[in-house]
Amino acid sequence: MDQIVKRNKYSRYLSLAFLLLAFIALFWLESNKARYGMAVSVIQKSLIFSVVAVSMNLLNGFTGLFSLGQAGFMAIGAYVTAVLTIPLERVDGVYYMKGLAPWVRSVKEALSILPEPLLIIFALLVGGFVAGVFAFLIGIPVLRLKSDYLAIATLGFSEIVRAIISSPQLDQVTNGSYGLKNIPGFGVTKAGGSLPVGTGSLLIPFMFAFASIAFIVLVINSSFGRAFKAIREDEVAAEAMGINLLKHKQYAFIISSVITAMAGGMLAMYMRSIDARAFSVTMTYDILLIVVIGGLGSVTGSVLGAFIVTFSKDWFLRFFDAPLVIGGFQVPLLRIGFRMVVFSILLMLVVLFYRKGLMGSSEFSWGGLIGRFQRRKGRPAPEHTVRSHYPDPPPVRPAPLIPDPPGEKKGEEDGHDK
Amino acid sequence: MSLLEVRDLRVSYGGIEALKGISFDVEEGEIVTLIGANGAGKSTTLKSISGLVPAASGTIRYNGEEIQNIDSQKVVERGISLVPEGRKVFPNLTVKENLLIGAYLRKNKAEIQRDLEQIYDLFPRLEERHWQAAGTLSGGEQQMLAVGRGLMADPHLLMLDEPSLGLAPQLVRDIFTIIERIHDMGKTVLLIEQNANAALKIANKAYVLATGEITKSGAGRELLDDQDVKDAYLGVQTTVAG
Repeated sequence: MDQIVKRNKYSRYLSLAFLLLAFIALFWLESNKARYGMAVSVIQKSLIFSVVAVSMNLLNGFTGLFSLGQAGFMAIGAYVTAVLTIPLERVDGVYYMKGLAPWVRSVKEALSILPEPLLIIFALLVGGFVAGVFAFLIGIPVLRLKSDYLAIATLGFSEIVRAIISSPQLDQVTNGSYGLKNIPGFGVTKAGGSLPVGTGSLLIPFMFAFASIAFIVLVINSSFGRAFKAIREDEVAAEAMGINLLKHKQYAFIISSVITAMAGGMLAMYMRSIDARAFSVTMTYDILLIVVIGGLGSVTGSVLGAFIVTFSKDWFLRFFDAPLVIGGFQVPLLRIGFRMVVFSILLMLVVLFYRKGLMGSSEFSWGGLIGRFQRRKGRPAPEHTVRSHYPDPPPVRPAPLIPDPPGEKKGEEDGHDK
Repeated sequence: MSLLEVRDLRVSYGGIEALKGISFDVEEGEIVTLIGANGAGKSTTLKSISGLVPAASGTIRYNGEEIQNIDSQKVVERGISLVPEGRKVFPNLTVKENLLIGAYLRKNKAEIQRDLEQIYDLFPRLEERHWQAAGTLSGGEQQMLAVGRGLMADPHLLMLDEPSLGLAPQLVRDIFTIIERIHDMGKTVLLIEQNANAALKIANKAYVLATGEITKSGAGRELLDDQDVKDAYLGVQTTVAG
């Protein structure tokens, strides 16, 4: 036991060191933004999508609710944030077709007393709140549905949100199908201030992602989260234990939607201009992919998945889009759009051969990482690193209750732990 | 006044009457068993006491309070805990997490810890495997876990739905020993069994359920000697059918 305590302490230091290192690296990148623009942009997007993926995982992986409404909630968050944060002096240029509704203008005027950073935080919170109210209302009928039906209903909700946002009736609020632009970005974007351009462009999304994911992890590890997992495993048994199914599903749905909407607000800030068409089903599928690639039921898997998918899609696989000529020979197939073909093939491979995703349902742990190296040297892995929540299928081992040889092998399951 | 009084309880599933007005009592500190064949309505009885299926009519009184058709959460809060049929442990949660979910509605951490240790005393195997996913346990261990999880709610009345289902004879004996130990801890036990022989041996009182109706009742030992019960449920062939 002592060894385990020591190890836990050890991994806490390692995690802190890792965070510090990430912090320094991000700071360095953002102060050299001009040179590393691509990296900065991809990391921003990855951070935002890791938040969305983790909050989707809270629903799909931890509570067992197959919901596909993410894009809708992101749209709500994105539009609320955008409408509230577009600077007043540029409003007329944005709403050039129909003008801004007077009530929105007066709300924005009232809010203009806030300095910009506070206004952004306020807008993100309002976006989250609005999404939370929607989640609550939608949840009452929809959460009574099971599996596929729930997926269809939430998907429908998401499409309705998109349709309403781009409807001409809302032209004066959401600018309808023209989209919104001039949304303030992360950190300092204008030259001439006291801080150099780029300050905060990575650290702000990083801190946001860190706070949101930490919050979800706290929820998952609380007795609340345990109840979510119990519902995922067996609804009848959970109910027999006194867990109110509908109420807990509501909690999970609302928490997930609020955080998704806030990440949607961040996405609006990342894109600087948004359009309802961006928040279509495709976006939900992209997030679902991240969750599946990372591993349903693994927070670290979702974060990892977000980075891997965003990096490969937006950066590493780009060369597939450029025609390549080697010694007068034009390499076939390489042209605009081929990247997506390769990406889709990679996805199929993941689904076929890596069905549980990168992490399965385990979490990353330093102990597990060290254990891997130790095993390579022939030493057994520490048993406390086994935290598999979601083996597939559940390995039921027939074993006698009382007689069981002592010191049996427990290392097999460590394979999930990375 | 009995601890649990069921009067004329009717339950139907979409037009089919599973319980056709049954009445029985569970006295404080007893082991009471309901025996009967498949489809007799045994599980339905427990489910409707737990609030998992609604009662069509009739009353269920616990400590004198009517509890029919209240939320399952409130039933657990009042001190009735169900160990469901077929174990239904949470396979991907660890043994300890399973046990803690049993105590979900309780707030006092010190008491929960105390009960956890008590359960580990009762089932040392669970302590050994507390970090292991429940789905990796053997059938017998899973049943122990299900019982332990039911006890974690600190119930006054523990209802067990076919705890010996699908277990080897040796394990069946273990389970019944454990039920007696739980009874010695001061819990009232309502037990449902197909293994009528073993159940009747430990029961203070027993009811025979057949197609939704109670056909016989009496002390456990008494029914063990009853000719009809012997014929129907104990597998002792004494009369030649003709």
